[in-house]
Amino acid sequence: MNARPPAPTPPSLGRAALLVAEREITSQVRTKSFLISTAILLVGVLAAIVVSSVMSGRDVEDVPVAVVTSVAGVLPTTDGLATSDVADRDAAEQAVRDGDVDAAVVPGSGPLDVEVLAMDSAPQVLMDALTVAPEVELLDPAAADEGVRYIVTFAFGLVFMMSAIGFGSTIAQNTVTEKQTRIVEILLSAVPARALLAGKILGNSALALGQTAAIAAVSVLGLVVTGQDDLLTMIGTPVVWFVVFFAVGFVLLAAVFAASASLVSRIEDTGVVLQPAIWLTMIPYFVVVFFSDNAPVLTATSYVPFSAPVAMPVRLFLGDAAWWEPLVSLALLTVSCLVVIAIAARIYERSVLRMGARVRVREVLAGADAD
Amino acid sequence: MLELHGISRSFGDRLVLDDVSFTVGRGRLTGFVGGNGAGKTTTMRIILGVLAPHAGTVTVDGRPVAGAQRARFGYMPEERGLYPKMQLVEHLTYLARLHGFDREGATGRAEALVERLGLTPRAKDPVESLSLGNQQRAQIAAALVHDPDVLVLDEPFSGLDPMAVEVVQGVLAERAAQGAPVLFSSHQLDVVERLCDDLVIIAGGKVRAAGTREDLRREHGRARHEIVAEGDMGWLRDVPDVRVDELAGGSAVFEAPADVAQHVLGAALARGPVRAFTPLRPSLAEIFRDVVTDEPELEEVAL
Repeated sequence: MNARPPAPTPPSLGRAALLVAEREITSQVRTKSFLISTAILLVGVLAAIVVSSVMSGRDVEDVPVAVVTSVAGVLPTTDGLATSDVADRDAAEQAVRDGDVDAAVVPGSGPLDVEVLAMDSAPQVLMDALTVAPEVELLDPAAADEGVRYIVTFAFGLVFMMSAIGFGSTIAQNTVTEKQTRIVEILLSAVPARALLAGKILGNSALALGQTAAIAAVSVLGLVVTGQDDLLTMIGTPVVWFVVFFAVGFVLLAAVFAASASLVSRIEDTGVVLQPAIWLTMIPYFVVVFFSDNAPVLTATSYVPFSAPVAMPVRLFLGDAAWWEPLVSLALLTVSCLVVIAIAARIYERSVLRMGARVRVREVLAGADAD
Repeated sequence: MLELHGISRSFGDRLVLDDVSFTVGRGRLTGFVGGNGAGKTTTMRIILGVLAPHAGTVTVDGRPVAGAQRARFGYMPEERGLYPKMQLVEHLTYLARLHGFDREGATGRAEALVERLGLTPRAKDPVESLSLGNQQRAQIAAALVHDPDVLVLDEPFSGLDPMAVEVVQGVLAERAAQGAPVLFSSHQLDVVERLCDDLVIIAGGKVRAAGTREDLRREHGRARHEIVAEGDMGWLRDVPDVRVDELAGGSAVFEAPADVAQHVLGAALARGPVRAFTPLRPSLAEIFRDVVTDEPELEEVAL
């Protein structure tokens, strides 16, 4: 400490922002609450997928069916049937009566020279296997059934809203804490306000994106493990788009949250100033969820910056968006993101050092001399 | 050399700083004294650039302070603030890195400073778990960790126990000796008196007095002497141009111009042996009271 080494050069804006982002990430990743909530979230997602898979009957046990050996060749090998060979019709009937099997295929009359024995009704899966169905060509294979459609819409919306509100609140809380503890004065004597804001947005966006990517990974894993790969091929591309839209859309909201929070000096006052930001996060979500079957509304919301991150991937999933539509929407979102960041930086720079009463947005934006 | 030239600043209609100018010399500890609301904190924030002045400039060695140069300032704000959940050394390292040190350099500096301030046993504790006095030391470490060229400290001694005051005094004196201008405000006038070379007294947003401690004493203090003689000093009351403040048998404290005081000494010697004759230097508290007579919030100042 006695010898004075040459003074270091102050970090560039970008480097300062990275340092701030690094602190935001490491300090949050280390908190128990973050780890626990992330773990709960991931386990919840996995549980939801497994439960829904069980509920939808994809995992029901194979139907036990007895087949008389002489007609074994008639029954095509089908999923959902556990066949066991029996010697003759009597043995088959005995097995059905004993409840060892749900049905039995025995020699008889009919096009296939077989009959089906069952107690009160024949299992549908067996009847399907013995029925000749005409070839079906689906003209719109991407169109999903109503239930899946609702669940996917709901999932995109929920993940985005939860992440945005969760991490948005964290940004807001950190911003106010910095103001309240006045550490912001020390930080600003070292780095510009813009670097502080950028680092905060960057760090939390990375965390939010990481968490969302983890959710996506767990979802994929869950779908594969429960044998719902078919659903996966349907939502694969929309999920990738969702992550891209999420990244930009979250940055937009993060800027709004940080700027809003910089207006007050005490944690107790954050609720009021965050109201608009929270509405901006929640309203698009509800619009998308409630109007998921209303094409005009969905199309409109897929271009509105605050709802696009949910609405556009949903439209892609439903298969009613042309290839260029997400690109246009993303461009719109990016431009509005840049505009909002510019405004947010102005608000943040000018209000982050003003202690005491809540700062008015109009006052901050209008006065060139409002610090 | 840190200089303020005609700094003015108002909040709304209220003029908080009115044409404030003073100098903080290199290698000098400058005390910044004033009542509550006198404008100390606003001045310091303007020096640090966290607040913009409405008029006037801040210069270092004659050049206006620019952004990069400000990053070489060390600042301890009036209201203490560090991230409550961060570990002490980690926190100081982060601040040093924000000022441009690489990770190793920053860690090394943080650890050295923690040791110097006697916080080594608490190095890995979260800041919020430190006692108030230790948080105060941590705050001082935060101001010093990037080896600043200029130090501005708002009330660095408040809340410190006497031992910590010694440590901090030592650290500040060390910085000044290395050639850094050091400006600090304090309500503890005895500490300021003991420690600083120069003084700036501010009241109502205006600088009321500034200069070296000795100059201020000469200018603003009343010339007082204490005399202790064998015989009774009662006769002193009748000497013209002398105002007797205290009198008890052979010892007296009186106020008089220097030549009159010498005359009193001569007269006392003529009457008998004189045990002691001492010029009494005015305390900072007296100077402060003298300078800031029209400061309305004077009663709030802890003397």
